[in-house]
Amino acid sequence: MLPLPSFALYAPTTLDDALALLRDHGPDTTLIAGGTDLLPNMKHGLLAPRHLVSLAQIPALRGVWVEGDVLRLGAMTNLETVAAHEVVLTRAAALAEAALSVGGPHHRRMGTLGGNLCLDTRCRYFNQTYFWREALGFCLKKDGTKCHVVEGGQRCVAAASNDTAAALLALEATIELVGPDGARSLPIRDFYTADGIANTTRAPQEIVVAVRVPLRPARASVYEKLRRRAAIDFPMISLAARLDAEEGRVNALEIAVSALAARPRMIRAASQAQGKSLAEVPRAAIAEAAFKECAPLPNIEGDPAWRKKLVRVLADRALRRLGLGPA
Amino acid sequence: MKLQVNGVMHEVEASPTARLLDVLRGPLGLTGTKEGCGEGECGSCTILLDGLPVNACLVLAGQAEGAEILTVEGLAAGQLAPLQQCFVDDGGAQCGICTPGMLIAAEALLRRNKAPDDAEIREAIAGNICRCTGYQRIVDAIKHAAVVRAGGAS
Repeated sequence: MLPLPSFALYAPTTLDDALALLRDHGPDTTLIAGGTDLLPNMKHGLLAPRHLVSLAQIPALRGVWVEGDVLRLGAMTNLETVAAHEVVLTRAAALAEAALSVGGPHHRRMGTLGGNLCLDTRCRYFNQTYFWREALGFCLKKDGTKCHVVEGGQRCVAAASNDTAAALLALEATIELVGPDGARSLPIRDFYTADGIANTTRAPQEIVVAVRVPLRPARASVYEKLRRRAAIDFPMISLAARLDAEEGRVNALEIAVSALAARPRMIRAASQAQGKSLAEVPRAAIAEAAFKECAPLPNIEGDPAWRKKLVRVLADRALRRLGLGPA
Repeated sequence: MKLQVNGVMHEVEASPTARLLDVLRGPLGLTGTKEGCGEGECGSCTILLDGLPVNACLVLAGQAEGAEILTVEGLAAGQLAPLQQCFVDDGGAQCGICTPGMLIAAEALLRRNKAPDDAEIREAIAGNICRCTGYQRIVDAIKHAAVVRAGGAS
């Protein structure tokens, strides 16, 4: 059995109370959303906060709203609700597909959108029991100084493993946060960093409140995920693509790839589609360029060379599903 | 703390920071819910929280206050529920460790979908791992139970 370490649990009912708890209890405090990833990590001794602040009792954080041409999703909305929401399904399909691919059904009922966006990075040398990690002399991300993925590496390269991040990057989402200095919003592109120890720009005393997804006419998006089983597993490659079309031509194409290192990557070659008619888009060339731009590491499950090849396969599949390139 | 379990409100001496699984199995004595992996991978501790299946090893007792909890003990009223009887009759239970979780995941499915097809059943139990049956007999049992619950032949 995997027991939990001891801690105190708080369940504030307003954001102000939650912020006050974060301020009063200092650095030994962690937020808990659905807990489906945090609790196993605590059981493995990966973190041992003395105070846990639950966001589950704050009504303002839960819900899906259409505000003009913006879809706004509360951070504590569970992933099952996100995946089944009519507007998400029809106008931000990549997000629905990504949310539906997180964990298994039981995880998606507890697990939340905000929790998934703030998911801790994963690594085969980190997501292990204390006993296992100690036997190897620990690692850069936790308790040690050495990286076992990159020899001599000084920066943690644990993988961003959140399915919804790639989808929301492709969809140009905006993250709303609130903190001791008030509210701020930032494009999701600026939310993730290349530091595997803490790969978001969320300050420890900030709370993700909501995600805003712009709704555009003639926009389509898809999500593709590489994993061993069709349920429960984290992604070995995560890829989302978004197309804006007008009169049969490509206005914009974006491809986001994640589960590489700490920061999801936007594929530069997607711009090759610009201005082309849908059938003329060089699908194979873009997929090949995506393959070359991505360099999976031996940080998570799956042979890196194989995962790299699958970038090409998933990119081709995503563009095909968007109706791009020769039939 | 107070927990509503299988239709009964219990006053229980437990910490809100304990795993709900341990409170159910310990002070409440409801050992039908099993601990498998303890990290949300296997689904053997599946319970219903307000009608929806979750892993009890990933829920803090404090997160379940005010919610309606259903464990496998709540399925049978005096005798086995039709769903349980179908698992017995169709070979859906072998070693038994996954069975309570499978039953609960199936119960959640049959409550919202009275006649699920194979794909819907497999999706509903996608969070529950069974190492004995190869799943087919579990799928058969759940399909059979749907017929029985609809008033059809057993």
